Amino acid sequence: MKKNKTESLTAEKGLFTIALTLNGRPAEFRVKPNEFLLDALRAHGWKGTKKGCDTGDCGSCAVMFNGKPELACMIPAVTAHGSVVGTIEGVGTVDRPHPIQEAFVEAGGVQCGFCIPGMVISAKHLLENVPDPSEAEIKKALDGNLCRCTGYVKQIEAVKIASKKLRTRRASK
Amino acid sequence: MEKKDFKVVNQRVDKQDALGLACGHPVFADDMDFTGMLYGRLLWSPHAHARIKKIDVAAALKVPGVKAVLTYKDVPRVLRTTAGQGYPEPSPYDTCTLDNKVRFVGDRVAAVAAETPEAAQEALGLIKVDYEVLPALFDPLLADKPGAPVIHDEPDARNIPDAKKNIAAKFEFEVKNGEWFGAADFVFEKTYSMPYLQHCAIENHTVITSLDQHNRLVIRTSTQVPFHVRRIVAQALQIPVKKIRVIKPRIGGGFGSKQEVLLEDICSALTLKTGRPVRIEYSRKETFISSRTRHPAVVRLKTGVKKDGAITDAEMDITLNTGAYGSHALTVMMCSGSHTIPLYKVANNIKFIGKSVYTNLPVSGAYRGYGATQGFFAWESQMDIMADAIGMDRVEFRKRNYIKLGEGSPVFKAMGEGREGVEQVITSTGLYECIEEGMKAIKWKEKREKYRHQKGPLRRGLGMCGLMQGSGIPEVDMGCATIKMNEDGSFNLLMGAADLGTGSDTILSQIAAEVLGVKVTDIIAHSSDTDLTPFDVGAYASSTTFISGGAVKKAAERVRDMIIEVGAKILEKKKEDLRLEGGKVVARDGASCSLSEVANTSLYYYNQHQITASASHFGHTSPPPFAAHFAEVEVDTETGKVKILDYISCVDCGTAINPTLAEGQNDGATLNGIGHTLSEEMEFSSAGTPLNASFRRYKIPSAADLPPMKTILIPTFEPNGPFGAKSVSEIGINGPLPAIANAIADATGARLYNGPFTPDKVLRAIKNKAS
Repeated sequence: MKKNKTESLTAEKGLFTIALTLNGRPAEFRVKPNEFLLDALRAHGWKGTKKGCDTGDCGSCAVMFNGKPELACMIPAVTAHGSVVGTIEGVGTVDRPHPIQEAFVEAGGVQCGFCIPGMVISAKHLLENVPDPSEAEIKKALDGNLCRCTGYVKQIEAVKIASKKLRTRRASK
Repeated sequence: MEKKDFKVVNQRVDKQDALGLACGHPVFADDMDFTGMLYGRLLWSPHAHARIKKIDVAAALKVPGVKAVLTYKDVPRVLRTTAGQGYPEPSPYDTCTLDNKVRFVGDRVAAVAAETPEAAQEALGLIKVDYEVLPALFDPLLADKPGAPVIHDEPDARNIPDAKKNIAAKFEFEVKNGEWFGAADFVFEKTYSMPYLQHCAIENHTVITSLDQHNRLVIRTSTQVPFHVRRIVAQALQIPVKKIRVIKPRIGGGFGSKQEVLLEDICSALTLKTGRPVRIEYSRKETFISSRTRHPAVVRLKTGVKKDGAITDAEMDITLNTGAYGSHALTVMMCSGSHTIPLYKVANNIKFIGKSVYTNLPVSGAYRGYGATQGFFAWESQMDIMADAIGMDRVEFRKRNYIKLGEGSPVFKAMGEGREGVEQVITSTGLYECIEEGMKAIKWKEKREKYRHQKGPLRRGLGMCGLMQGSGIPEVDMGCATIKMNEDGSFNLLMGAADLGTGSDTILSQIAAEVLGVKVTDIIAHSSDTDLTPFDVGAYASSTTFISGGAVKKAAERVRDMIIEVGAKILEKKKEDLRLEGGKVVARDGASCSLSEVANTSLYYYNQHQITASASHFGHTSPPPFAAHFAEVEVDTETGKVKILDYISCVDCGTAINPTLAEGQNDGATLNGIGHTLSEEMEFSSAGTPLNASFRRYKIPSAADLPPMKTILIPTFEPNGPFGAKSVSEIGINGPLPAIANAIADATGARLYNGPFTPDKVLRAIKNKAS
């Protein structure tokens, strides 16, 4: 993991250029000093990360930040210089979906879908650390991701299905 | 068609857009970049009630990057409603794009468009407004009393029944067959209330407006009602409908809040002024203070009951607080009666007295449940009170009094939505099965027996309730769909019906696929774009499956007939010997040709024509879905904390076109209702300023709050619905308040009349009971 190098950044026309590893590839963002990572991502075309509150309460903007799920609306963009960031676009695509994304579809866990990218990020982190979580562990892991459509029932089911898929896949390797 | 024959309908097919959404595809209103886009921001009133004496925008216009500042002087003054209903709307015409008077903290004062959000924000701070602060009205029960401030004193408002008394809507109705309460052995009169509640769709209201190459206005917006948006923006800005195109992308939830035509007018005005694309996206705080809410309600319910269990009389008196403007003021109020009273057989007299009053608080509007939520809290609480008084089992009392198959109600005809209703009888009901299954699932009898003798501070109890809703607004709602055939035997399904996350694109595709004998993946659904898709009133009133689904089925049947016509030519068979099955036209003797062959024949070889059809559907009745909810709670009688131990909701939505999506609708509605019951409430200062306008302070349920909760679908077949379907989206939200109130009363003997049931209220009710 790289160290933040905020202090070495200099502004050009009021914008800082930050370098980060985004979904496994190097990226450069030009950001305002008052900009947060969520707005910087969206301004650079990474629209999968959503803004539901901008106050750190809803979880729609969850991204992997230096190995942990964090809320992009709470991370000043300049502090992301030198960091490793993972967004929903890096998890899987429609052609090659991640088993967690498939599981959300199978279980019926996606209604409007606005909260799902953040929820997938949280679920992925959980399953990487706790391969066979209990229902209580799943609820705790998803607790920071608000959803108003589903009542969470089928999303919790989705994480259970994903857990099984991932364990089966690991066992067959 | 019998249920057993279904191939695509009633199957748990994957939601069409789910994978793209789970992969973060850029499909929401704000996920598109526009070259040269400006940032629109709105200036909010800091006062609950004030007149704008002077407004000076000179300094704001000088901020570098600011391209437009609009006040009431710059936009047409057209009094109208934001309610997003069919035309002519039954809501008062009391709102304009920008006004010289503000009526709540969060009312619009001015709008700015600038190159950057920072410039827009700076400009807002430099608009100088000289307010004459007026006395404000916050208590809806004082709204029509002498001396109350008059909120709508503008002379050009229309369709307000009594503006001087702040009455935005009123309706009364009576059936009288004898002396009031003359036959009753017991009479109960209780008052129930609900506070301001928010929808809390996770996507905030977002709109991007731009001009196309013909200088037509293109509105990309998070709306439930694209065609109403087009009509209402045309009205507000005085431009022709033909100059407007409304595009509904994927929507991040609505629950009624996005039925409002909230930002489209002002954003369009900024684009027309600047010629540039403009985006306005509400912040979460703005959504809380300046979008829409559920109508707070005070319901006085007076009922008479005989010892044998017959309900003799019912007088329901409801006052809704519509806030500063009368959006949905009449219709939500009427639905509080029309969606509840018909559930009960009332032997002699029925009276409904409803009014919606203005206050200087946020604007109420459509919210899932639409009055039935407010009404059923009162009715289903009172059902337990009556049953207990006559010593009858609470479930048996309900079964005796609930409406049955083939029965009607004078209320259906007397009360519609904003006008007279439609006479109807119940053509399908699974309510009794809902009750039976729910009792089994929650172990009603065993647990009630077990909890009969409890000691200690923790007390457990069970409560239940029955519910109904409607399926669209009869004789009002219309939906249309167009289907066209492609060379490979796939079909475009173009719909005005607005999928706002409900899954309607998928279930409407299932309906089309069922008729056309193809896989659901052969249907390419598109909703909605006013330039490309036919008219539909939009997603509200639990109408999409029933109304739009009816249109899709008819359109598919017309296309099927056209396919068979071509197939008959290809196969040299009689049309009546052909059917569509497995992507083929199949003859009785087994001969077949593929749909691809049919399409190619029609497009290129013989009697060339596009196989396509449109069809409209208009509901003449509104068959109610039914439900029974069961709650098991544990109440800490020392702290007042209520814990839900189990929650079962059984719902009869006719044929569930997609059981997974139907369950999901009901799960979400139910948990939303549980939020209303235990924690949700908008709070205001004594000056009318919202105090908890954030997810941190307005507590909606999170995953960790989810109690054990289960939806059970009870299949019935509704003869008027597409493949037997009724609606499912709203009904679930009405259950938790009464079911949990009844469970708390069962556990502690203390009854809660005012939502939400926070520990302080529960504790007070327990203490009041003891004293």
